[in-house]
Amino acid sequence: MTRYFTDEHEWIDVDGSTATVGITSYAQEQLGDIVFVEVPASGASVSKGGEAAVVESVKAASDVYAPVSGTVTEGNAALADDPSLVNSDPEGAGWFFKLTLADPGELDGLMDEAGYKAFVAGL
Amino acid sequence: MTQLNQSGWKPEMKALSPSGEGGYVETFTGNRALMLEEPLIFEIGGRETCGVDFVDLPLPLRGEGRGEGAGKPSQADTPLSQPSPLKERGLERATPIGLPGLSEPETIRHYTRLSRQNYAIDLGLFPLGSCTMKHNPRLNEKVARMAGFADVHPLAPHETVQGALAVIHELAHWLVTLTGMKAVAMSPKAGAHGELCGVLAIKAALQARGENRPVILVPESAHGTNPATAAFAGFRVESIPATAEGRVDVEALKAKLGPDVAGVMITNPNTCGLFERDLKTISDAVHAAGGYVYCDGANFNAIVGRVRPGDLGVDAMHINLHKTFSTPHGGGGPGSGPVVLSEALAPFAPLPFVVKRGEEFVLIEEETAGEHHGQSFGRMTAFHGQMGMFTRALAYILSHGADGLRQVAEDAVLNANYILRSLDDVLDAPFGGSGPCMHEALFTDDNLAEGFSTLDIAKGLIDEGYHPMTVYFPLVVHGAMLVEPTETESKATLDQFIGALRSVANRARQGDLALKSAPHFAPRRRLDETLAARKPVLVWKEEGAGD
Amino acid sequence: MRYLPLTPADRQSMLATIGAASIDDLFVDVPADARLSGPIAGLPNHASEMAVERHFSALARQNMAASHHPFFLGAGAYKHHVPATVDHIIQRGEFLTAYTPYQPEIAQGTLQMLFEFQTQVARLFGCDVANASMYDGSTACYEAISMAGRVTKRHKALLSSGLHPHYVSVAKTMAHFTGDTLETATPALDGTDMAHLLDAVDGETACVVVQYPDILGRVEDLGPIAAKCHEKGALLVAVVTEPVALGLFKSPGEMGADIVVGEGQSLGVGLQFGGPYVGLFACKEKFVRQMPGRLCGQTVDASGKRGFVLTLSTREQHIRREKATSNICTNAGLCALAFSIHMTLLGERGLRTLAEVNHANAVAAAERLARVPGVSLATRTFFNEFTLNLPKEARPVVRALADKGVLGGVSLGRLYPGAAALANGLVVAVTEVVTPEDIETLATALEEVLA
Repeated sequence: MTRYFTDEHEWIDVDGSTATVGITSYAQEQLGDIVFVEVPASGASVSKGGEAAVVESVKAASDVYAPVSGTVTEGNAALADDPSLVNSDPEGAGWFFKLTLADPGELDGLMDEAGYKAFVAGL
Repeated sequence: MTQLNQSGWKPEMKALSPSGEGGYVETFTGNRALMLEEPLIFEIGGRETCGVDFVDLPLPLRGEGRGEGAGKPSQADTPLSQPSPLKERGLERATPIGLPGLSEPETIRHYTRLSRQNYAIDLGLFPLGSCTMKHNPRLNEKVARMAGFADVHPLAPHETVQGALAVIHELAHWLVTLTGMKAVAMSPKAGAHGELCGVLAIKAALQARGENRPVILVPESAHGTNPATAAFAGFRVESIPATAEGRVDVEALKAKLGPDVAGVMITNPNTCGLFERDLKTISDAVHAAGGYVYCDGANFNAIVGRVRPGDLGVDAMHINLHKTFSTPHGGGGPGSGPVVLSEALAPFAPLPFVVKRGEEFVLIEEETAGEHHGQSFGRMTAFHGQMGMFTRALAYILSHGADGLRQVAEDAVLNANYILRSLDDVLDAPFGGSGPCMHEALFTDDNLAEGFSTLDIAKGLIDEGYHPMTVYFPLVVHGAMLVEPTETESKATLDQFIGALRSVANRARQGDLALKSAPHFAPRRRLDETLAARKPVLVWKEEGAGD
Repeated sequence: MRYLPLTPADRQSMLATIGAASIDDLFVDVPADARLSGPIAGLPNHASEMAVERHFSALARQNMAASHHPFFLGAGAYKHHVPATVDHIIQRGEFLTAYTPYQPEIAQGTLQMLFEFQTQVARLFGCDVANASMYDGSTACYEAISMAGRVTKRHKALLSSGLHPHYVSVAKTMAHFTGDTLETATPALDGTDMAHLLDAVDGETACVVVQYPDILGRVEDLGPIAAKCHEKGALLVAVVTEPVALGLFKSPGEMGADIVVGEGQSLGVGLQFGGPYVGLFACKEKFVRQMPGRLCGQTVDASGKRGFVLTLSTREQHIRREKATSNICTNAGLCALAFSIHMTLLGERGLRTLAEVNHANAVAAAERLARVPGVSLATRTFFNEFTLNLPKEARPVVRALADKGVLGGVSLGRLYPGAAALANGLVVAVTEVVTPEDIETLATALEEVLA
């Protein structure tokens, strides 16, 4: 399994043709207390760079963009009851959705963990 | 005006007590002398309690002593609404509504106690930038309540409401005159509704020209309502940057103009409290490119009687009667947002509106629109607008007169500059170097101690007995604090406010921790807004009623 | 000028502090050619309180006030007796001159009142939640239509022919610009179009909008249309322009409506020649994040005390900007307060009694007026408003009645210009303020006018 990062502060774990997407710890810190998350329904198709989910804090609503194109296989239902999972475990239990990759080639432009750390350090 | 205003408090933060306050005594009631706690009506009212008497019933209640003959249909076949048909159709209410009642003395006490938990203009300076919280003259309240205005039905025959129509017509005349425009749409119910009116007029004008222009340009410093309105009307919003001195970047705007641009929405004076010097240039450029200029008139109070937006090439501008002409804010409304229109947009004004024919006032509704106003984009609200605000605004205009209105703008600007120059040594004034401000002074949270922010200054001001200024708006500067004193404050009041704000600002610069947990003396401490948003409780439910 | 506290000496000293020589120095950013050189054309200088009051008194006297005449106008705005307590409380400066409660620590009065108001409205409408109010019933109605579009992701709304024609016009205006499709119809005196609506709901329908009681005063069971909507994945929007009716009738929410909106003017607010009024907006809890307008919610403060805040603000324009659920930036705060106080004074028992009195008076008036030669009653099941079919065009009749000092109703000719089949219709509203003498005066005047 390989973890990639985007400059929109999403992470994506890829395992063969399936992947799991969430927002990074840095992103949840910037947003503050998450109060609501809207994840895509299973079966929805998302395209790279398109809006896929919404995450809200008290003070802001942000779109979460799909890091790659694909078909959603599962949204994280636990976030509806407990959106604070995104704060407490952003890169684990606070995942947003799983999808089947349409084009693994789209992963090429994404950062690895070291690259993302350097990117955040430069912000 | 809109603003973002978090409490910033989370449960894991302790409710710090300021030094010296820690030892206060718990009371049996939870009250603290004049600071009185008040339960919800659902906790104190009863289903059988009623503060209204129905002793002189004109007819007996259904099922209670309706005697032979009384109220009985004289013709057996007259189709009437009787209890039985209601029951047969299953429409009669069968379950309790769950509405608690209070007697009159309990009602008065409940709401009086609640009222005392509110800050208000009547209590002190209300320096909310862009919101214009000025004194509300009580004559205006009296006038609005005259039976001839307050107790008149919107669909009464025109002949029976000539005086009410005259008020609308007279106010319309002065709004057009004060702005140098061609016409005015009186029906919009609030500022944002007025924005919608203006944007729809622009869209209708473009449709009449057979053009589809999908883009509206909006400066970064705009009120949130501007892009929301443009989007609601089906436009795509493109943002225009500000210059280093806080004004619209004219060159950047010009670069965006083209056949796809329907118009621009611009606020003047802008939300940084600065006059857009180049508005006429901007208007000319927009017009040359075939677009229209919408002006957000939220800050018209700074220039009323001194500048006419019509002279700056504006095509449409809403006027917040609750700001410039001081109708009361009422804890969040009602507002009123008439829209003045240029010659180009006037034909597309919404229905209904009042015209004078000879000595008679006539309300133009749908029925006559086809004959005379076929280009109108339609109706925006059920009736003719906020009559109760029209009477108040007209009373304000007539009370001030030509000399008074000019003085209003001058004193508003003078007071704001006095604030700016009395504070710019302790608070960062990002545009203070570029000259005077208009009616409001903008500061930022630069120069505060590590970990201290605008929010802490706002909450510290509450303990000093003031409503905070507008915070975190406009978005173009960091940690914005926008102070609008208005013209109805005396120098002594301003001096005390300046002293208080200097003190709080210095505490924030020195890192006084007690400021982080302010307010200490308000009816409530900082509130947990995260909890409110995560698990919304929007209506009251009985304990144990479940969910 | 009595509202301006600065003295000439203050102004001089403040200019000195600022470092400006004159007030004109503060307006340097206004280009010279944009500055007005003289006073505003035609506007006299400032006037005394007495002079202004005199001007308005003269204008007010030219209007026929509802309380001064036998009064039977309704059609979306109703004359009810408002207890004196209501106006006293809303004139308290702490309510009247407060701002939107964005600083909750010093706005608990307004916030708690809004929380109580939301609960009252939700219960009255039979819904889970309600917002802190909208501009008025007509704008609440179009907001409900757009919300139904967001929820269902469909863009066709079916509007009942019984929906207030001004509400239809407002929705049409909006739909023209948003691209939504509306199906509308003119009402008929001989029955509602419920059967047609039941037939017309399909998989493309975002919502069906029905008024309850409708523009002609008719009341109909909403259960079947609610069920049909849900079967097709559409929402049922119910519009209530006379909330007092719900003291006697089942609420739309109980019958399955998904969104219930209304005009709250009946309680506490008064006629006001059309505004300000108060839009009521309630819905099922599952749709709350698609609601427009301000919402007040319960929470706790740092010392653990219950308190209230504006919440779910991320729906709103000041955060979402162009992605907001609505551009609305206000509520009808003071009118919501008036509504809530009146409702608190009435309570369960008072509202139900008030509704009974309204209905009884209306029944009595309908009985009497239907005996006027040539007049027939077009509404079978009604609350406090019904439609009469006159033997001639109603609009001139209304004017002739006004000449006799009677405000006798709203002609359908005014509401539906050009609809010949409705021209003889007269909508008559009868509330608790109407006395038996008023009914007799109207009946006699109508007999004379029709003779």
